Amino acid sequence: MMGQGRLAAWGIGLAALVALPFVYRDPYHLHILVLILIWSFAYTSWSMMGRFGLVSLGHGGFMGIGAYVTALLWNHLGLSPWIGIPISMVAAGALALIVGYPCFRFRITGHYFVLVTLALSGIVLQVITATRDYTGGSLGLTPDRASGNKLLALQFDDKTTWYLIALAVWLFGIVVWHWVDRSMARYALEAISEDEDAAAAAGVDVTAEKLKITLLSALMTALAGAIYCQYQMFITPDTVSGIAVSLQMVFAAIVGGLFVSLGPTVGAIITILLAETLRIGFGTKAVGWDNLVYGVLLVLFIIFLPKGILGSLLDRLKPQRKVPRAHEQEAVQIARPGA
Amino acid sequence: MLEVNGLVKRFGGFTAVNNVSFKVDEGEILGLIGPNGSGKSTIFNMLSGTLAPTSGSILFAGHEIAGLAPHRIINSGIGRTFQIPRPFRRLTIFENVALAGFYGQGRHSRARAEEAAERSLAMVGLPTDRHASVDGLGAAGLKKLELAKALATAPKLLLADESLGGLDEAEMDQAADMLRNIRDELGITIIWVEHIMGVLMRVVDRVMVLDHGEKISEGLPSAVAGDPRVIEVYLGTDAETTQAAAAEARRRAGG
Repeated sequence: MMGQGRLAAWGIGLAALVALPFVYRDPYHLHILVLILIWSFAYTSWSMMGRFGLVSLGHGGFMGIGAYVTALLWNHLGLSPWIGIPISMVAAGALALIVGYPCFRFRITGHYFVLVTLALSGIVLQVITATRDYTGGSLGLTPDRASGNKLLALQFDDKTTWYLIALAVWLFGIVVWHWVDRSMARYALEAISEDEDAAAAAGVDVTAEKLKITLLSALMTALAGAIYCQYQMFITPDTVSGIAVSLQMVFAAIVGGLFVSLGPTVGAIITILLAETLRIGFGTKAVGWDNLVYGVLLVLFIIFLPKGILGSLLDRLKPQRKVPRAHEQEAVQIARPGA
Repeated sequence: MLEVNGLVKRFGGFTAVNNVSFKVDEGEILGLIGPNGSGKSTIFNMLSGTLAPTSGSILFAGHEIAGLAPHRIINSGIGRTFQIPRPFRRLTIFENVALAGFYGQGRHSRARAEEAAERSLAMVGLPTDRHASVDGLGAAGLKKLELAKALATAPKLLLADESLGGLDEAEMDQAADMLRNIRDELGITIIWVEHIMGVLMRVVDRVMVLDHGEKISEGLPSAVAGDPRVIEVYLGTDAETTQAAAAEARRRAGG
């Protein structure tokens, strides 16, 4: 499927990305890059579902579970993140199945699905805040500093190590995206997003296919949360969970482009640079401004550039793409599920 | 091959299908006719699992399939088309059919699915080109695609739902011949739901007539076309043309 030229471009790009921290060592810029990579991975995880019309506002919940379960197991039970992260992913996956199964089995789609997942986000946030004796509540949580083996505790002081970890995780997300894109499951999910009855008549187990992609997406999002926690060494309910984080995922994925593998990455670059610019330029006066800008941009994008920046750009560069599978209508439908 | 006994479907207080029983033999083409709202599509939806029957049994190849999930019924060897074609527009024509070939045959291998897609597309006369878009198809093409999707699931029994609506006369004849070819060449048993009586009568082995959810007549096309109850409830809506159709049907069926 992938042409030689494209493969070469990916290879060169990756080599440059790996080499970057050894050549360029500005800690602030590396920090921004690490954040972009981690959030790109989270947005890519969201878009695995989102591109098939399964718009979830519950992913803040999965991310929060990934971050908090990992940190709590470390702080209270002394469990290494190497074990804690898989446990947190299993927890997020289990929650995804518990919420997803009844939704898919009883055909809760479109707006109603969005509302159910919105509630999920809210509930996770509430649980974190309510169990403040363990989680620190809205004041946040800091994983205990490792006294012994840094590798065992997955705590590193230098940015280069983190940059490489984040790069690997991000690359993993892109590879999974392509793997799904080239699988028969993509056909099934595209079909389901258009017409569930017709998909079932083609032999597709609609509930199972939706559950599988939801599970995959939730597991990856939890991993993103755990990695974020290990890197930042400080999490609050608002930065890794809740509705704001969920909305940010939707925004970034749509702005970057839902139907291309690097779309969410472009979305992450834009959102993080925007937030940083506002933070540096206006300081505390601009708290929350980024959300305002997101909101306005989201409306503009859905109306004028529904395929997102990267999606539209690629269309422009290659006017005769072999299969026009990302119609404008599609993106609008995702932005307005059920329409 | 298929044995339906005492099939009932109620929607609230409305009985859409009332105690219908019938049998379909292997290699047969059974025509299912009736006016709008007579319960034809409801029966189809129960046979294919889209709706669960209120009561009654559906035995397919000796197994009870009433109330099973659609994908399990499709995998057990029943394929269906929809009255109004429901293509997946985000996929190419080939991908539409390959999807059915993959999931409809129990997810064997991609190679097998693509092989099934090529065969089915060739059978109905659509291009096997992998990049052709669904948007290029007209009414007749969409119906062919619908049929190709059903064939790709490798059915033993094909449920063809009003596959001729919206076609001109030449296309209708062509489509009717295609259904017969499918039976003759692939040995697939067919239940065919149709409004247009003349064409149907020419191809089917047996006809069953529904009215208000009940079976009112069943038998050879020539006999059914002459049944006064059928003429009254089904054909009576437009006496002149339907009398002519009945006469034509009798003539074609050699009655």
